[in-house]
Amino acid sequence: MDRESAPPEEKAPTLATVGVAKAFGPVEVLSDISLEFRAGQVHAIVGENGAGKSTLMKILSGHERPTRGQILLGGAPVAFAGPNDAERHGVALVHQELQLAPHLSVAQNMFLGRELRGRFGLDDRAMNARAAAAMGRLGAHVDVSAPVHRLSVAQRQMAQIARALDAPRKVVIFDEPTASLTPVEAGALMALIAALKQGGVAVLYISHRLEEVKAVADIVTVLRDGRWAATRPAAELRPVDMARLMVGRELSQLYPARAAAPTGEARFSAKDFTTDEQAAPASLALRPGEILGIAGLVGAGRTELFEAIVALRKGEGALTLEGAPVRFATPRAAMDEGVVYLTEDRKTKGLLLGKPLAQNLTLAALGKFTRRLVVDRAAEAKALEDATRRFDIRVRDPSIDAGQMSGGNQQKLLIAKMTLLDPKVIVIDEPTRGVDVGAKQQIYKFLADFAAQGKSVVVISSEMGELIGLCHRILVMRAGKIVGEVAGEDMTEQKIVELATGVAGAAA
Amino acid sequence: MSATTQAPEPAKFRLDLGALAPFMALAVLMVAGYFVNTRFLDADNLSNVAARSAFIATIAVGQTLVITAGGLDLSVGSMAAFVSGVTILFLNSGAFADPTVMIGAAMVLALGLGSLCGLVNGLTTTLGGIEPFIVTLGTMGIFRSLTTWIAQGGSIVIKSPDLRADYRPVYFGAWLGVPIPVYVLLAVTLAGAFILYRTAYGRHVMAVGSNEEVARYSGVNVSRVRTLTYVLQGLCVATAVIIYIPRLGSTTSTTGLLWELNAITAVVVGGTRLKGGVGRVFGTLAGALILEAIGNIMVLSNFVSEYLIGAVQGAIIVIAMLAQRGLSRGR
Repeated sequence: MDRESAPPEEKAPTLATVGVAKAFGPVEVLSDISLEFRAGQVHAIVGENGAGKSTLMKILSGHERPTRGQILLGGAPVAFAGPNDAERHGVALVHQELQLAPHLSVAQNMFLGRELRGRFGLDDRAMNARAAAAMGRLGAHVDVSAPVHRLSVAQRQMAQIARALDAPRKVVIFDEPTASLTPVEAGALMALIAALKQGGVAVLYISHRLEEVKAVADIVTVLRDGRWAATRPAAELRPVDMARLMVGRELSQLYPARAAAPTGEARFSAKDFTTDEQAAPASLALRPGEILGIAGLVGAGRTELFEAIVALRKGEGALTLEGAPVRFATPRAAMDEGVVYLTEDRKTKGLLLGKPLAQNLTLAALGKFTRRLVVDRAAEAKALEDATRRFDIRVRDPSIDAGQMSGGNQQKLLIAKMTLLDPKVIVIDEPTRGVDVGAKQQIYKFLADFAAQGKSVVVISSEMGELIGLCHRILVMRAGKIVGEVAGEDMTEQKIVELATGVAGAAA
Repeated sequence: MSATTQAPEPAKFRLDLGALAPFMALAVLMVAGYFVNTRFLDADNLSNVAARSAFIATIAVGQTLVITAGGLDLSVGSMAAFVSGVTILFLNSGAFADPTVMIGAAMVLALGLGSLCGLVNGLTTTLGGIEPFIVTLGTMGIFRSLTTWIAQGGSIVIKSPDLRADYRPVYFGAWLGVPIPVYVLLAVTLAGAFILYRTAYGRHVMAVGSNEEVARYSGVNVSRVRTLTYVLQGLCVATAVIIYIPRLGSTTSTTGLLWELNAITAVVVGGTRLKGGVGRVFGTLAGALILEAIGNIMVLSNFVSEYLIGAVQGAIIVIAMLAQRGLSRGR
């Protein structure tokens, strides 16, 4: 099915790079990239964090200028003055990170910087109509005059896609478009990409989700360390092949060997726990050495439930830890009892991006580094050394700020930070979001190690593959309710999606 | 600090221009001052400048903590007037016969009242969930008005000449040729720096100012950390009042007018980030000295009217912000 869309090779590609390179100061982050992107093809770019994908995308969409090399649009060299210029030439980028002004409406965001004007100032009616139509085409029916901050993360992502596709495009670049989408919305996006393809648009697709790349792409290019590593038809590559090309070494197995499911008494349990966001009281129990998965669509209330359990938000219910009832009045109380929660929102809730690694590492467990009010900086430095070794945090200079590290290293630092609390129960929310495949494998290993040490681990994730690969059993949530549990042979994507969506046969 | 010697201190020395800038500016100003009038660098004049800067600098050290935690306190000038007024009333009450005991008790009262005022500011912003700008704008009016009320629109003066004479050395006295207020100022600055840079509490202050959510998710009690910065600010105001009272021996409804702006200027000129997260206590000291030195140089010079002091100080704050932006690391 991939073959029929391949256009005749002699026609000039819609977009091409010839020997493109980019250096920041003396460091070349992208070297000699020559690629062709053809009309009606989905060309996926994969690579680990830091492989140069984002830089390449920024160059193609006019956000950055190449230091060397040329960009050809329809065979003719172009130099984009900026993103708006690129858009005028028909090249649009859908950003990975949300870039919308939260207090403006969807329509206001969509037309930001290119507002439609009527006779008396702005023509809000026309803008709202066009925005509603664009969102409707994506299957996202939202009030486009409502401020963006009232939308779910997935709806915001859709708004961003709608913005990029508002005008006819020759080239559309998607940078991790499904990172915050639920399977249903991701399905709508895939349909949209198919339509773009049909319409002769050259689609560039960047994703960490190799299964998804395999499904959507015609051609796959692998970048490694800022260099081209391979370009092959998607049909010839299995996800594991892509991963191998990305890492440049054999990835033996993504998931660590699963330990036997522990039996025996529960260590931690919640009974009839309710939060403001929840439709029904939730009950769950967790054994020592167990890895429990929590599946569900974005907005199913998974994060809310566990944040409430550790007192980060309001909630009510009976908690039992090691046989005794406990009440957590504050997040600190939960930590002191050994129940820690690692946020999915690493950048705005997990780490102080503008502060050095050591200060981040010890923030939650600062009491352990304090002697008579004074922080022992030598002990902090020692702890950082230990943490970088134990969790393989790769930084050339340990005095840099946390925000200067890659997503994978940030996540490892967050894990190290919360591990300093010596927890008994670790709840980790979206442990591998924005993390490259090499670091992913390591993080899975850490989680399995925690379980092997007898800690209880809860993994909340939207990536069903990692839940199935890692967990002993999985609870599925839908619309603020725990709707089912799967374990052993039953842990299949099919089964989970059925429970998560409430629709049998939804995982087509 | 047990293992300092074998510390594998990974923080390589990084020339932090943001931290050095206020001191370089102060040095440049000293040289400029000398060229304007050679008398500027006389020991007498310099110690006078330092002593005069003590009020603003002491308050500004507290403000540094408040701002670093992501807050702001506009009420400090009015609070100074209020604390000063109440303290003088207490001195006039004759509660203790012994003047030394009387003055000591008055100082304790001032510190207690200052921290109470700070507590009110802190609790209202944190528990009430109101912007500190608004809360302290409100208390600024309240403290000012209370001062005018207890002074019945006039001034509150220390009545007893004995008390006044006994209290006088706290501002006018000197030890080893250095005025007492300079010692107070140094002590407060060192205490502030110790709190911010060495203690777990100081680390929490920076974390809260840097990103409140991250602090909360790390188990930091954000409200308590913030509230305590306002209490410390109140203590600093009270300390400034303690050295201020003997200077004039009186309080009026205009005491401490615009001190809040001078204190905030000193903090910002010193390199503290107005949005919080980065605090520079020694920079604040330099900032306060810069403000006072500019005023002094303008008085000593013949070619710029001293009526323009406010304009020059205003220009300084804008230039400091521009420089901070230019020097800040990252794109």
